[in-house]
Amino acid sequence: MPEQVEGCALGRGWFTSNLERHLSCPTVEARGRTVRQVLDAVFAENPRLKAYLLDDQDCLRRHVNIFIGDRPVEDRTGLGDPVSPDEDVHVFQALSGG
Amino acid sequence: MTGILDVATRKGLFRFRREVDGWEAGPPAFLGEPVTAVLADSRDGMLYAALRLGHFGVKLHRSADGGETWTEVAAPAFPKQTGAEAGGPSVDMVWTLAGGGEDRAGTLWAGTLPGALFRSTDRGESWSLVESLWAVPERERWFGGGYDNPGIHSILVDPRDSGRIAVGISCGGVWLSDDHGGTWRQGGHGLRAAYLPPDQALDPVSQDPHRLRACAAAPDVVWCQHHNGIFRSSDGGATFEEFVDVRPSVFGFAVAAHPADPETAWFVPGVKDECRVPADGRLVVTRTDDGGRSFAAFGDGLPGEGSYDLVYRHALDVAADGTTLAMGSTTGNLWITEDGGERWATVSANLPPIAQVAFA
Repeated sequence: MPEQVEGCALGRGWFTSNLERHLSCPTVEARGRTVRQVLDAVFAENPRLKAYLLDDQDCLRRHVNIFIGDRPVEDRTGLGDPVSPDEDVHVFQALSGG
Repeated sequence: MTGILDVATRKGLFRFRREVDGWEAGPPAFLGEPVTAVLADSRDGMLYAALRLGHFGVKLHRSADGGETWTEVAAPAFPKQTGAEAGGPSVDMVWTLAGGGEDRAGTLWAGTLPGALFRSTDRGESWSLVESLWAVPERERWFGGGYDNPGIHSILVDPRDSGRIAVGISCGGVWLSDDHGGTWRQGGHGLRAAYLPPDQALDPVSQDPHRLRACAAAPDVVWCQHHNGIFRSSDGGATFEEFVDVRPSVFGFAVAAHPADPETAWFVPGVKDECRVPADGRLVVTRTDDGGRSFAAFGDGLPGEGSYDLVYRHALDVAADGTTLAMGSTTGNLWITEDGGERWATVSANLPPIAQVAFA
């Protein structure tokens, strides 16, 4: 189960429309103090999405990008980047993936 | 009549059917997506397609209606490592899929990059790493051939005994199991690596078998298109004999083994490893009918000049009739012969780069 963090609300988790080719992933509200916690909350509702964004070791896939507000994610392994209340987390496909 | 051919390409999966006027394809599945392996499972009619999405990783889809509709199932994945072992591997590509034998309906094998073997016993709903092969100490000496990491591209399941399995690894040689993958031993003795110092050339661990295929009616006969040669085994892949007098070249990736005649196999030669195009721009298929002692080259219907087609290791297949073969190239050409490889007809010249052709 994802860790629920009281009083820490994520504004929106937004996903590139290119994911819609493969599975439904509408913009959702999720809770968490870090990118990892936010994503875990999203995956709890949409478990198939996890393997699209994270690799076998639960690290961010090499050709997936995440922005927290206007900041690119730095911790691609631990996904420990902090998420402030009401910040949006944007998930993009990186151009490096072709 | 052999009637269905699956063609996995860089930009989708195409299913061709033999119609009165020739082979025709329906609309592609997974248009735009790299399809790296396809398996039409004759045991239960399921069709599997492995994708390598550029951004979102390896996926596996299953169809119960011949590709009309698809369901995403689990893809092979490495166990998550923790603590000191953090930073473990991830599956980069499913390179080959194989059925697990007539007595094990629903069992599938998958060979991947990096070089691991995975097994599913529930039609791809879940997968487990074959730890026994992943743990062999020789794996430390495997190395990439064509890709940065070693990979498993060939899985042969003995039709007489589904516990007998041979896998081909680029580069890690040939590995054999007699107990459904419980234990493994090195095969591929007699393979020769021209890319190593002479005193290491026969090291079975360092071999680059580009592709292994077995004769269905005589599964102890295994043909190998190797990085620098053509080889044949008569003991299920344990030992091999090399054939050096093959024109125009012994270099290539693909091999097809006749389903009934253990003396017959087909190859698609290229110039050499540093120049992966047909010799003199003329694409030919070579065939031996005498167990490798002699080879004939056939080019009727194939490009006679100006060809840069390369046929990948899974892109040559022979149907159960032993006379119908399909061949696809990196240039997107698809050819079919219905007379054992002597005359070929172009089915399409406009496909994406072809990874695999497989008769259903």
